[in-house]
Amino acid sequence: MNLALQVSQLKKIYPNGITALKGIDLEVAEGDFFALLGKNGAGKSTTIGIICSLINKTSGKVRVFDYDMDVELAKAKSLIGVVPQEINFGLFEKVSHILINQAGYYGIPKHIAMQRAEIYLNEMGLWHMHNQPAFRLSGGMKRRLMIARALMNEPKLLILDEPTAGVDIELRHTLWKFLTQLNQQGTTIILTTHYLEEAEHLCKNVAIIDHGEIIEHANMKSLLNRLNVQTLIFDLNEPMTQPPALNPYRHRFIDETTLEIELDRGQTMNDLFQVLSNNHIDVHSMRNKTNRLEELFIHLVTKHKK
Amino acid sequence: MKTRTGFYPNLIALQTILRREILRFMRIWSQTLLPPAITMCLYFLIFGKFIGSQLSNIHGYTYIQYIVPGLVMMSAMTNAYANTASSFFLTKFNKSIEEMIVSPMPNVITLLGFTFGGTLRGLIVGTIVLLIAFLFTHVPLEYPLVMVMMAVLASILFALGGVINAIYAKRFDDVSFIPTFVLTPLTYLGGVFYSVQQLPSFWRSISLCNPILVIVDTFRYGLLGISDVNVYAGFGLVVGLVIVLFFWAWLLLSKGTGIKM
Repeated sequence: MNLALQVSQLKKIYPNGITALKGIDLEVAEGDFFALLGKNGAGKSTTIGIICSLINKTSGKVRVFDYDMDVELAKAKSLIGVVPQEINFGLFEKVSHILINQAGYYGIPKHIAMQRAEIYLNEMGLWHMHNQPAFRLSGGMKRRLMIARALMNEPKLLILDEPTAGVDIELRHTLWKFLTQLNQQGTTIILTTHYLEEAEHLCKNVAIIDHGEIIEHANMKSLLNRLNVQTLIFDLNEPMTQPPALNPYRHRFIDETTLEIELDRGQTMNDLFQVLSNNHIDVHSMRNKTNRLEELFIHLVTKHKK
Repeated sequence: MKTRTGFYPNLIALQTILRREILRFMRIWSQTLLPPAITMCLYFLIFGKFIGSQLSNIHGYTYIQYIVPGLVMMSAMTNAYANTASSFFLTKFNKSIEEMIVSPMPNVITLLGFTFGGTLRGLIVGTIVLLIAFLFTHVPLEYPLVMVMMAVLASILFALGGVINAIYAKRFDDVSFIPTFVLTPLTYLGGVFYSVQQLPSFWRSISLCNPILVIVDTFRYGLLGISDVNVYAGFGLVVGLVIVLFFWAWLLLSKGTGIKM
């Protein structure tokens, strides 16, 4: 397995004495769509900051596509594209100049940079703003501009630090589609997000970081399979007056047309629907009470705290 | 895996910073190029024409001729400094410095890009002031090579000084502190308006320790063929200071001082 990123014993102690990373190990395979999850202040942005050279590490090793960042920093950096959490471009610069300059810093000639700027601005729906200063862009447009900028060097490893924070649902879905396509074309993607639905929907592998330690590093499916119980909400066609007997399932009424049922691991949907049918309960629609990854995330983080 | 690093990509990166810097100071020309032109017109008019006409010659030149080299250098040096100090600090302040840090471009290219940008603005402003001087008086241009070399070296020196100031600066006030409280007094006491030969020996000795006086007088040698200091010593000092400031700035950038946590 070729690794896009290999982090070993990475440690960061800030000058104020706060230990942000306690010697973490992390591996991301080439072609992966990887989620790095954690609460605020868990160490996600510090990890990404060190990988992108924005933060000096205290100790440890980072390798990008087998290039040791202590030895072959320029080669490693040339393969990375980064979308930071906060806006970090000159607001008075023209949109196209921001992209062309970024390409220039990566050593890409101007004529190629101009072609790529047009492609990625079109891809992000920003071409009509290419001649405008960046301060004229809306919040969502600024986020899209940062994604377009990160693509200018056609990175093999794209790192996105909460790219959809504060972005409306429609744009979020557009970005998901775009990132999925990019990943299918071979770009390894590392994503940090607070929207766990996003991570569940997009990512193949996941690491959960808490208080500077990796507390989980697994395949998304196998992690979700560890969920012992999931809570389902059923919307009923007919109102019910009497609580039904749905043994062996734990259940309760939310209101007369909404039923909450807990499904343990090992219990199947087929069996549950059979019981519902036997009780003449006509189901209109069904959904998970909370996102499955969210339930697991809370469980793992709470367990780690104890 | 194929990567894009080495001499040619670094050259493109350098061109990019330089282009960005030139665009920046040309876009705001009314704040960067016009004010020194107007200020120097007033200096030539008031100190050169009105007051200078009543003063005796210095080393065989009229007063207005005598002050031309100092005013050209003063403009070039302060503008080179102001350009890098403000541009680098703003880049740091709005975090767009991160665009450069995440790229494979080495720190030395970042430093050279900003320094050349500041140097270029210093030289453009110096040239504008010299052209204005031609409107007021005859300037002989005795040793053009000395003149150009000193103008370039002094602009590089002050551009580097501006970068270092901006690296350490935490607030906008910190960017103006050094120009206001260090550079301006040193410039005005640096033989722009008088010859150190006119000073009592104690003050002359003190003045000769002022590097700006050495720069101005070496440049004056290039323009007028007269100097209170040894020209070779002047070049030696400026080259030495350029080397010291360059490595200082490079070290700061490599450590990430003021820009990395």
